[in-house]
Amino acid sequence: MKKPFDQHADYQPATFKFKSKKKVEDILSRYPSGKERSAIMPLLDLAQRQVADEGAKAKKPYGGWIPRAAMDEIATIVGQPPIKVYEVATFYSMYNLAPVGKYLVQLCTTTPCWLCGSAQVVEAVEKFLKIHVGETTKDGLFTLVEVECLGACVNAPMIQVNDDYYEDLTAESVVQLLKDLKDGKKVSVGSQTGRKGSMALSGPTTLEDQAKKSGVA
Amino acid sequence: MPKLKIDEVEIEVAPGTSILQAAEEIGIEIPRFCYHDRLSVPANCRMCLVEVTPGPPKPQASCALACAEGMEVKTNSDMIKKARKGVMEMLLINHPLDCPICDQGGECDLQDQAMAYGFDRSRYHENKRAVPNKEIGPLIKTIMTRCIQCTRCVRFGEEIAGMTELGLLHRGEDVEIDTLIEKSITTELSGNMIDICPVGALTSKPYAFKARSWELTKTETVDVHDAVGSNIRVDSRGGEVLRVLPRLHEEINEEWIHDKTRFAYDGLGRSRLDRPWVRDEDTKKLREASWEEAFTVIASKLKEAKPENVAALAGDLCDLESMVALKDLMNGFGVEDLECRIDGAQFDASERCGYLFNSGIAGIEDADAILLVGTNPRWEAALVNARIRKKWRRDGIPVAVIGEQVDLTYPYEYLGNDTKALEDLIKKYAKKVKAKKPMVIVGMGAFQNNNGFAIHEMLYKACKDMGWVSDEWNGFNVLHNAASRVGALDIGFYSQDGFDLSKKSFVYLLGADDFSMSQVAKKAFVVYQGHHGDAGAHRADILPGAAYTEKNALYVNTEGRVQNGRRAVHPPGEAREDWKILRALSGYCAKPLSYDTQHDLRMRIVDEWEFLGDLDVLPKAEWKAFGEKGKITKTVFKNPIENFYMTNSISRASVTMQKCTESFFNQASFAEAAE
Repeated sequence: MKKPFDQHADYQPATFKFKSKKKVEDILSRYPSGKERSAIMPLLDLAQRQVADEGAKAKKPYGGWIPRAAMDEIATIVGQPPIKVYEVATFYSMYNLAPVGKYLVQLCTTTPCWLCGSAQVVEAVEKFLKIHVGETTKDGLFTLVEVECLGACVNAPMIQVNDDYYEDLTAESVVQLLKDLKDGKKVSVGSQTGRKGSMALSGPTTLEDQAKKSGVA
Repeated sequence: MPKLKIDEVEIEVAPGTSILQAAEEIGIEIPRFCYHDRLSVPANCRMCLVEVTPGPPKPQASCALACAEGMEVKTNSDMIKKARKGVMEMLLINHPLDCPICDQGGECDLQDQAMAYGFDRSRYHENKRAVPNKEIGPLIKTIMTRCIQCTRCVRFGEEIAGMTELGLLHRGEDVEIDTLIEKSITTELSGNMIDICPVGALTSKPYAFKARSWELTKTETVDVHDAVGSNIRVDSRGGEVLRVLPRLHEEINEEWIHDKTRFAYDGLGRSRLDRPWVRDEDTKKLREASWEEAFTVIASKLKEAKPENVAALAGDLCDLESMVALKDLMNGFGVEDLECRIDGAQFDASERCGYLFNSGIAGIEDADAILLVGTNPRWEAALVNARIRKKWRRDGIPVAVIGEQVDLTYPYEYLGNDTKALEDLIKKYAKKVKAKKPMVIVGMGAFQNNNGFAIHEMLYKACKDMGWVSDEWNGFNVLHNAASRVGALDIGFYSQDGFDLSKKSFVYLLGADDFSMSQVAKKAFVVYQGHHGDAGAHRADILPGAAYTEKNALYVNTEGRVQNGRRAVHPPGEAREDWKILRALSGYCAKPLSYDTQHDLRMRIVDEWEFLGDLDVLPKAEWKAFGEKGKITKTVFKNPIENFYMTNSISRASVTMQKCTESFFNQASFAEAAE
């Protein structure tokens, strides 16, 4: 799906400056001189996180996204025409070019998750949040997007909320998870059934001693 | 030197040659969309697939595969035909069936190749993808649904034009060529994107729905909008020029032309002078007249005037023949005060080497350091600038600028903007220049002041010390911005000592518009012979002449290369070719010129100036002293062109150029005002 982008929207700030010069310099120092262009991706990420931090304190919506001014600023920093930054930012799905909710809920619906019941998970989430995939809740807390495989198929079905994976979900547990997030409660990252690593559901079948020793089984 | 076999033909190629290039050398054409021989190789269209052994048993993209020893390449096997058909089918999944209403129809790479590799029907029933069109300025029309994402336009902007404004945005099936933000393409070479677009996604806005390529008469001629002398093809139908396209000339314009050359043609049909006009003695207003009446009036005035009170000026677009004819006519009356440098440039024109672009435009590729003095090549000679950029991109040579600080599309060292900076540079680096083939490009901005002769002399003296000129290398280059200039200087259509125009009672303007008419005395009788009702015509009696597309004529470019311009259409109304008008006028003056045909006139030119007989040859001017010693007062260099899109009477009459001025220059001035 094409990413929404609106250069004239009210929410676009006129200017953007990185808060931490040190972080920018640290990123630039990772690449040899003349290859500053490589820093575009980490800088975009830095900008998105900065907006997430500052946006949470300021007005809705709260999540991390990259304003146009930030892309232009990055282009100046790396000495490239702005379009080179736009190309990168529009290509990767993890960069948001328009505001998103504080919790960006990415629902995996690719085959393994689907076989394990991702359709029910999506349905439960949509019902609970009263929005459809691709929309943001009115309070600006949640944005739903559908994504392709995130590579955690062993613990399917799973979703990603901001930077964290939540796995082994059911229609009930995902609603509980979202409730907790909404209430600001602490949630446990990873498997929601307490499964450790990617162990088989019925318990360890190999290296049982090791598993016992570490208290997993 | 790898040796390989392509379709059973053995060939030895230079290392690094791609299979596609090697095949081209032996006359095998491999279809392609994204590959362009002057751009980088992205290998993303997959149309140029070939079968290569040894190697994996699958087709390979020949544009990106370098030739290797012992390769056997098949460009036409069954497997390849099938593969290309597959690629073509994929390209056509989302390409609309627009050909009947597409301006590219008839000259479209996709259409042509679909004839060879396409199926006769589609196997897809899904809706085609629709992509919104982009608004990228007054020159390029976009129909983005037709785009096949070859990225030629993106690469052209980045690599040749140096203005990276288009990009390939989004991904997968959403991928689009776009600027993301609303923005015009601001490069002066943007029109070339239309040429390199293999489909009808980028087409010419002014030419939209005007004609089909096969109904046009194609005339190969040369351009006069700057002194580069780009080779162009003028496409016309029924007496109207409908478009201008570039023609390949490796030593001048390669295969590019700038937007003024390409789009100013609509000025040829507007505010034209199509019949003689004479200023009425009583009302002081212009009224229509016959040729006979006009000639009689002019002849009587010319005979009355004392030779020392007569002057003739040649404008920027004049051809060689008409200037020779005017010179002969004037010399017949004993008139010596002729001038072609109406822009006020002062330099010593007595030696040819002193005003030519000696190393040639292609010579820029041999240079290893370039100094620009008083010039903005991007506007004065966009293709010279493109050549410098090409050299800079390939070898990263140092470029320095003395003059106005402008965006040249490549980085340069800025040394100052006045004569002092030039003097200091020469003092500092004399005999210390390490570059083997350094080059200096001097624009008219350096000479349009009172120190012109002295600056010319200083440059001459510096040539040896700075290494600009040695036994094997001549890197002293003067960049003119008028197509007529070098030819006029060659035939001596100038006055070494200058003259005071305000004292003349009879002034003959041969297409001379670009100077301040207030220099001419109020009482003076002024004859304007030219093709447009521009500044000169408002002040004068008018004789309608022919524009560059309407006459067979010679032009000498800034390198001193003589090129043949050909007639594409006839001049409008009663307008005639310029040399013929002058020949007829000489008859009325009872001093007929000695030639009755263009051939005779050309023979007369070659008799006196033998070097003007060599068509399309880069001359080697003998190196001699030029300039006049003098004191140089500190002067700031100012570039001669303020608005790239309007530099002569044709471009000023052009609606397209007007739109360009509005969108590119007024926008900038608005922005400045806002700040």
